[in-house]
Amino acid sequence: MEPTLQATGIAKYFGSIRALEHVDFEIYPGEVVAVLGDNGAGKSTFIKILSGVYHPDQGEIRLNGELVRLNSPMDARKKGIETVYQDLALAPQVDVTSNIFLGREMMRKGLLGKIGFLDRKAMRDQVKNMLGQLKASVKSVNQVVDELSGGQRQAVAIVRAVSWGTNLVIMDEPTAALGVEESAKTLELIKEVKSKGIPVIFITHTIPFAFDVADRIVVLRLGKSVVNLMTHDTHMDEVVQWITGSKSVENNY
Amino acid sequence: MGTVVETKDSNVSKNHSFNALKNILNTSLVAAALVLLVIVFSVLSPVFLTELNLFHILQQVSIVGILAVGQAFVIITAGIDMSQGSIIGLTGVATALLMSAHYPTWVAILAGLLAGTLIGVLNGVLVTWAKLPPFIATLGTMSIGAGLALVITGGQPVFGIPTVLSNLGNDGIGSILPDIALLLIVIAVIFHFVLSRSRFGRYTYAIGSNPLAARLAGLNVKRQLIWIYIISGFLSAVGGIVMIAWVNSAMPSAGDNYQLNSIAAVVIGGGSLFGGQGTIWGSMVGALLMSVLSNGSQLVGISTYWQSVLLGLVVILAVFIDGFRQRSIA
Repeated sequence: MEPTLQATGIAKYFGSIRALEHVDFEIYPGEVVAVLGDNGAGKSTFIKILSGVYHPDQGEIRLNGELVRLNSPMDARKKGIETVYQDLALAPQVDVTSNIFLGREMMRKGLLGKIGFLDRKAMRDQVKNMLGQLKASVKSVNQVVDELSGGQRQAVAIVRAVSWGTNLVIMDEPTAALGVEESAKTLELIKEVKSKGIPVIFITHTIPFAFDVADRIVVLRLGKSVVNLMTHDTHMDEVVQWITGSKSVENNY
Repeated sequence: MGTVVETKDSNVSKNHSFNALKNILNTSLVAAALVLLVIVFSVLSPVFLTELNLFHILQQVSIVGILAVGQAFVIITAGIDMSQGSIIGLTGVATALLMSAHYPTWVAILAGLLAGTLIGVLNGVLVTWAKLPPFIATLGTMSIGAGLALVITGGQPVFGIPTVLSNLGNDGIGSILPDIALLLIVIAVIFHFVLSRSRFGRYTYAIGSNPLAARLAGLNVKRQLIWIYIISGFLSAVGGIVMIAWVNSAMPSAGDNYQLNSIAAVVIGGGSLFGGQGTIWGSMVGALLMSVLSNGSQLVGISTYWQSVLLGLVVILAVFIDGFRQRSIA
């Protein structure tokens, strides 16, 4: 099977600072891969490269086998890479439906649509359907995002990300701001996304969460991808050792 | 576990109804203030509730209301348009000068609208491309517009408004609804639908609510903002034409400080200077309140000097309450 996304030999420098030295990464359809690493290991930089924010100085990215250049976040999104940002890029005073459709509104048919009028009912119906498919509960699709709990907001952001012919979803610490209950719901959502065949890259600091949802764990350390572990073949201690560097390729020999 | 979920849900719904309650409270407070003002003024002045004066109030609302429509769009994007008042002056004198030089009325009106709209274009460019804070950018263009209006008139009022225009400013349907108030209603209804039902309106709220989210969603934030400042400039220019039609002459300083009225109207009507909030409907109620206040205080003999003090106090109070509202939400 062909990987959905394959990144090889990715390096990124900011002046004399080496943010990424050499990262190899691949993800297959329907797979959840957790990217773990200490602060400063390069997780954020790597994710920003995959979502089109930065351009790598070296290395190549293939999407469904095809070499791609991601020029901007918009470009990445057009190619089907959706990122759920840590700080939840939603408009708080705008309702759920409008947030999910922001930038991709459905217009009314005929002249009214041509001059810019929205088909609000069609959008509401579709959002209800999308939320239902992912078993995400939001009381009303007309509520403004400000009135939602943190977990519900995350659900809206995830629904927004997976509903547009998406190739790949990147989630940058989606549980960072959430309580226990809401984190659990978010993990359930990730499993729902996976069950739709959409691969998910999941960045987290909480190792048990990675074991809960991920098929595979990739550890970054000091700008390099140091190990690729199948979740069912490893255990937390081993992962921690890789993250902290007490276990490394050199130490193995 | 079940209890945790329940508490959370009830918190959310409590929060929801609390917000709804606050909205109702805000609307009814404004309505109550309006009723109170009407009662006070009609007790203090026998003229206040006469048909002629109500007609006069509606004429006054027309200008403040048209400005408030544009100001609402700008304020929802977390911006502000300080140049509206001087656009009234500039548009008015430019139009009147052309009319007194015997250009066709429609040519003069188009030229005046163009002059005002160009200030709006300049505002948009300064806010987006030059990345100036909206307050400073529009304060600068306010001074430029006011200066130009003085330059082209030498500071003198311009007369010679054609009767067709001054009739439009002073006639009405019966003795109840001035023609210019009808114009306001048409403008307000159109822009109400644009703001609440169109993609343009949705983007306006999104940009004001979270500009980063708007950009990440692929919205062309700069283009949208430029259009919004153009709308505000254009509507201010319309206000300038209405003003000369109404008073039958053009003064370079005719619109000075009118933007304070429109800002107060929008904020009183539920708009927030922090962006993302505001409606045309609310702004119209706010405009009515501002006009009743200014008309009534004139009738009860408060001097124009003190009226200026009063206007400043109302603006400060409205913005203070807005800040208080936002803090209590967060």
